[in-house]
Amino acid sequence: MKIVVCIKQVPDTKGGVQFNPDGTLNRAAMLAIMNPDDKAGLEAALQLKDQYGAEVTVITMGLPKATDVLMEALAMGADKAILITDRVLGGADTWATSSTIAAGIRNLDYDLIITGRQAIDGDTAQVGPQISEHLDIPVISYVQDIKIDGDYVIVQRQYDDRYHVLKAKMPCLITALGELAEPRYMTPAGIVDAVNAEITVWGRADLKDLDDANIGLAGSPTKIAKASDKVRKGAGEKVELDPKEAVAYLMGKLDEKHAI
Amino acid sequence: MNIQDYKGVYIFAEQVDGKLSGIAFELLGKANVLAKDLGTDVTAVVIGYEIKDLADQLAEYGADKVIVIDDPELKDYRTEPYAHALASAINEFKPEIMLVGATPIGRDLGPRVSARVATGLTADCTQLDIGDFPLNPIPGKEQKHNQLLMTRPAFGGNTIATIACPDNRPQMATVRPGVMQRQEKVEGAKAEVIEYNPGFTPNDKYVEILDIVKSVGEAVDIMDAKILVSGGRGLGGPENFQILRDLADALGGEVACSRAVVDAGWMPKDMQVGQTGKTVRPQIYVACGISGAIQHLAGMEESDLIIAINKDETAPIFDAADYGLVGDLFKIVPELTEAIKEYKAAKK
Repeated sequence: MKIVVCIKQVPDTKGGVQFNPDGTLNRAAMLAIMNPDDKAGLEAALQLKDQYGAEVTVITMGLPKATDVLMEALAMGADKAILITDRVLGGADTWATSSTIAAGIRNLDYDLIITGRQAIDGDTAQVGPQISEHLDIPVISYVQDIKIDGDYVIVQRQYDDRYHVLKAKMPCLITALGELAEPRYMTPAGIVDAVNAEITVWGRADLKDLDDANIGLAGSPTKIAKASDKVRKGAGEKVELDPKEAVAYLMGKLDEKHAI
Repeated sequence: MNIQDYKGVYIFAEQVDGKLSGIAFELLGKANVLAKDLGTDVTAVVIGYEIKDLADQLAEYGADKVIVIDDPELKDYRTEPYAHALASAINEFKPEIMLVGATPIGRDLGPRVSARVATGLTADCTQLDIGDFPLNPIPGKEQKHNQLLMTRPAFGGNTIATIACPDNRPQMATVRPGVMQRQEKVEGAKAEVIEYNPGFTPNDKYVEILDIVKSVGEAVDIMDAKILVSGGRGLGGPENFQILRDLADALGGEVACSRAVVDAGWMPKDMQVGQTGKTVRPQIYVACGISGAIQHLAGMEESDLIIAINKDETAPIFDAADYGLVGDLFKIVPELTEAIKEYKAAKK
């Protein structure tokens, strides 16, 4: 079985969020990490490899420094790593990104494609389903459990108040929830292997069956009209009193505002 | 693609088990505002099996037209038949705007459909307006009018971007539930009902549903609550949520929680507030033992009044709170519950 896992390097918005003195986001001070949902998807792929035997290829699109997350994936146990990078691919929205990654995946043999449900920088959850559409294969999003049954995957697909148990014929694409699998740590041997492994780098010329009209900033149907750091409502009053006084203070405020 | 051919504001009226989801009414509310600005009308597309009777309800909440796609293949949500239904409707009826809820269904359906009809899609919008793109004229560049301007948070709620889709139609957005206001119900309102069926031929993309497992218990939707008492990691364990329930009962509200609590397995996922949970905007939000990660704030900061109780005076939740009480929640919360009860008794 051949599994392709799509991963993304993202700034760590979780816990490590840093602010400038003026309240705006300090991106430079934030760590770049493997997107958590993607990492859960990679772990699921590695568990399938352990269980059934599989070749796991990780693929990412980004700047050359995204090699870091590919190295991490190799050290966790992935077999091959591919970086898609080219200036003409920059500034892509989800349509252009998914068109590009789908073109990269067409260069590979695959039975199963796994992406994270969403990345913590854009939070769109769109690229996975859009890749599946470009490749004309089934997609199952929000997957919390996966098993293999011959040519089929059997997965649990999460909704608000239920989950569906679905059976889909491979090749297919699933998007992984964080709870799909708890990522393993890199092993010392894995790190040695990763350092020695070769990362395949593809530029625009390596992507066949991809229209120039569908790549990069120019090929993105959505355009940013305005972007700004969120201005948050300022802090209100904060008191540190003993419990009785604190409650009396709060009740006074609630009464003043006719809040209850 | 001739952009002039695309007219009208359309919404995907999500239904589950033959019951319309709240987001359908919220989208109708916003669609009516947009349609008024554009001088056009509002169409709801409802997809399912044996769901024709939902058209009247959609009409009462603001649909001028309802396209009903009713087929046995559409009984329970599956990506492919639903994507085929909605994409076919888009190609047939040519809407200029197509709104979909940013729900676990819409966030799967939206991207698949947008890729199929080759247009842009903006995810998880929290604000929609009609305006110019670019916002201000740029010499040598055409400024297009009457564009859908889609505003959404990114970077876990740290940044806000406004996005347009000037050259493709429809302009598609998924919209975060709990943000848009539904409009007043008009009893007895009727819509023009159009029955449409593009034909469904199962193939490998029609995945098989082996089982549907519904979660039992809490039927309360925290998005509907006027008052929420929400607990975080500071509660220490699921057994300690009883004091929050007592406070919620005294206030006439419901209990919610942060992601940490769900991850720890203390509370079910449907009670989670935040970026990966639900967006709530109650009249009062009481955050107890919640540190206030940016992802949590993104789900509750539009609440009318925010009260934070936390023993760590540097917790970021205090930066979002109207009133912050630094101290031990296990002492303050029961005290507050009693004070609320007395206050209410005195008012009667």
